[in-house]
Amino acid sequence: LFDVHEMEVNFGPQHPSTHGVLRVLVRIDGERIIDAKPIIGYLHRGTEKLFEHMTYPQCVPHTDRMDYVASATNNLAFVQTVEKLMGITEQIPRRARIMRVMMSELQRISSHLLFLATHAIDIGAMTPFFYTFREREEILDLFESYCGARLTLNCMRIGGMPEDLPPGWIEDLEAFVDKFDAAVDEYEGLLTNNRIWKRRTVGIGVLSPEDAIDWGITGPPLRGSGIQWDLRRALPYEIYPELDFVVPIGRNGDTYDRYLVRMVEMRQSNYILKQCIPLIRETPEGDLKAKISKVIRPPEGEVYHSIESPKGELGFYIVSDGKTQNAYRCHVRPPSFVNLQALPALARGHMVSDLVALIGTIDIVLGEVDR
Amino acid sequence: MNDALMTYLIWPVIKFLIAFGIVQLIIVAMTWIERRLLGLMQVRLGPNRVGPFGLFQGIADPVKLMLKEDILPSRAEKVAYFLGPMIPIVPAFLVFCLIPFGPPPTFAVTQVNVGLLLILALSSTAVFGLILGGWASNNKFSLMGSLRSAAQMVSYEVPFGLSVIGVLMMVGSLDLVQIVRYQEINAWNFLPQIVACFIFFVSMNAENNRTPFDLPEAESELVAGYHTEYSGMKFAFFMLGEYAMMIVNSSLIVTLFFGGWTLAMFDIGLTTSVLAGMGFAGGLLGVFIFFVKMMTFMLIYVWFRATFPRFRFDQLMDLGWKFLIPLSLANIFVTGAFILAGQEQSMSLIGVVLIAAAAIQLFRKTAPKKPAAVPGKVMHAG
Repeated sequence: LFDVHEMEVNFGPQHPSTHGVLRVLVRIDGERIIDAKPIIGYLHRGTEKLFEHMTYPQCVPHTDRMDYVASATNNLAFVQTVEKLMGITEQIPRRARIMRVMMSELQRISSHLLFLATHAIDIGAMTPFFYTFREREEILDLFESYCGARLTLNCMRIGGMPEDLPPGWIEDLEAFVDKFDAAVDEYEGLLTNNRIWKRRTVGIGVLSPEDAIDWGITGPPLRGSGIQWDLRRALPYEIYPELDFVVPIGRNGDTYDRYLVRMVEMRQSNYILKQCIPLIRETPEGDLKAKISKVIRPPEGEVYHSIESPKGELGFYIVSDGKTQNAYRCHVRPPSFVNLQALPALARGHMVSDLVALIGTIDIVLGEVDR
Repeated sequence: MNDALMTYLIWPVIKFLIAFGIVQLIIVAMTWIERRLLGLMQVRLGPNRVGPFGLFQGIADPVKLMLKEDILPSRAEKVAYFLGPMIPIVPAFLVFCLIPFGPPPTFAVTQVNVGLLLILALSSTAVFGLILGGWASNNKFSLMGSLRSAAQMVSYEVPFGLSVIGVLMMVGSLDLVQIVRYQEINAWNFLPQIVACFIFFVSMNAENNRTPFDLPEAESELVAGYHTEYSGMKFAFFMLGEYAMMIVNSSLIVTLFFGGWTLAMFDIGLTTSVLAGMGFAGGLLGVFIFFVKMMTFMLIYVWFRATFPRFRFDQLMDLGWKFLIPLSLANIFVTGAFILAGQEQSMSLIGVVLIAAAAIQLFRKTAPKKPAAVPGKVMHAG
């Protein structure tokens, strides 16, 4: 009994802090991690294969189920890719573009709020969870009053948006953005300068800029490492070039910096929403869809298009044979899946307690990892 | 003969049973208070379904736990698995015999001249239950939880004990009644022994596995730590033991540092003799004062739980060994120096100064550093 130094522990798939059905096979020496091996696939639903057998509009609700806490951005990535394939990107009405940006920024805030909630509760701070859910609830209410759904939104269509904003929606949004900054102050008041929070996050899971690029990491983890790469700026889409926002980056690439980056991003998203409100008021109501035929049959070709989802670069690669109404091949480049690769490297040498902090800081959603 | 029987057997047993009942009641009430208070702090309601304001939640929970299936994991060590939840409860309740809740002799079960030593000895045995239970469950998470709790409780036992020594040096007695008596004619011990009070407070949080030291049952890391495999009444026993220990430690800090049942300093106010002058009602008043003070500390436990993240295991050890133990040793040294100089009363000034400094630090307006949003420019977070 006593000469066994290493122990193998199955972290998950049923574990409170693996954010779904991630299983991490951890080899530990006492509490120190020798090796952590993520084992995925418990939520695999064959989404990519399904896409080959569905018409393009039918695919949109299925994208909801990938990153199920950020379905608006999934919709956006998919419909934009198909639009690019069809060559109608320029025909999308302005009101629809603004609405798409508003939906994705709301979704970014809600996704980051969920990140903060789970990250904080993993590290043992219980209260931020309830504070963030208070604001997330309001965002979900906004989604609900727009499209009827709170989580799997299915709120975008190829060629535009399904319907106009309901009356009073913009006023509700205005009320929300006005108070959201104060809410972020509240979360930061509990965590940012908390000594214990800092001890648990500063210097944990340091990801160097070189490593981050080598692993193909995108999103807040990449920016936390100090690389200013945000597809909203780097490869702008929709109306982002007109908007004023800052891409925050971290200095040390540790868990604390990644947390700070997300906090600033929430504030910036809120700032973007504030700019969108006058823009959407200028545009005429009802002009939401490009004039395209009901049957979507893109020309032969292939296209890769990616957007900045809350978790990183979300890309779709679609091949069309030009004859059928469904994709010949559809490949997804999910940010969670790619970012999760770095977990073993980040976790090695840290303690078991840090593993949960690291899973939290990568901000994975298993629906997207497994697809 | 009969008198001796009454004094040494019958009355203590009756008093113990009363104390036992009251503690159980407090525990039941605490489960409701804690959850409602957490709800209040976390913009939610907390239990509000069972009875008015959910008041009967404390009864509904034990009933549920009693009716639950009692699971024995396969290949668990049966005897140790059964013993695990029982061990922490016994010392927790025994310690109540030693704590004077009100003016003695009526409102203390016994008066032992080595009371404090006995309490330290008894309360440190609770850890055996956690180790046994975690080890016997045949679960790696339980094992890690019990190892953590073993290391944590043993490490924090040291500053816990050392912090008390300062008080002992000043009072010159291990008898808790004497300690309270000393405080009513001098300043309450938290003033001269502010450092010891702080150390005691931190290590009592750690002893009880409460946030931010709740590593042995860290939900997000070890599922539920040492009681992962326990269900039904066995789980309830672990919880009962934990809450009883919380009450014990709150009572201890009140007795040692905050004047026990008295509301008097420098012989002014509700001293023991004033309370004794009021007869039985005065005794009850003393118990009430004690109860209010103790509940304050119970609520601070809850407040901490709502506020702090959790320490990591090595950081916890660092805090214990590298900070609290040297600090408590320094405190003993300083106290000794003051006593040698015959100036132990002037140590109160240290307390006053430190509390004032902390208050100034706390209420000083610090302008929050807001990152300036420069459009299109690089911005460093933090």
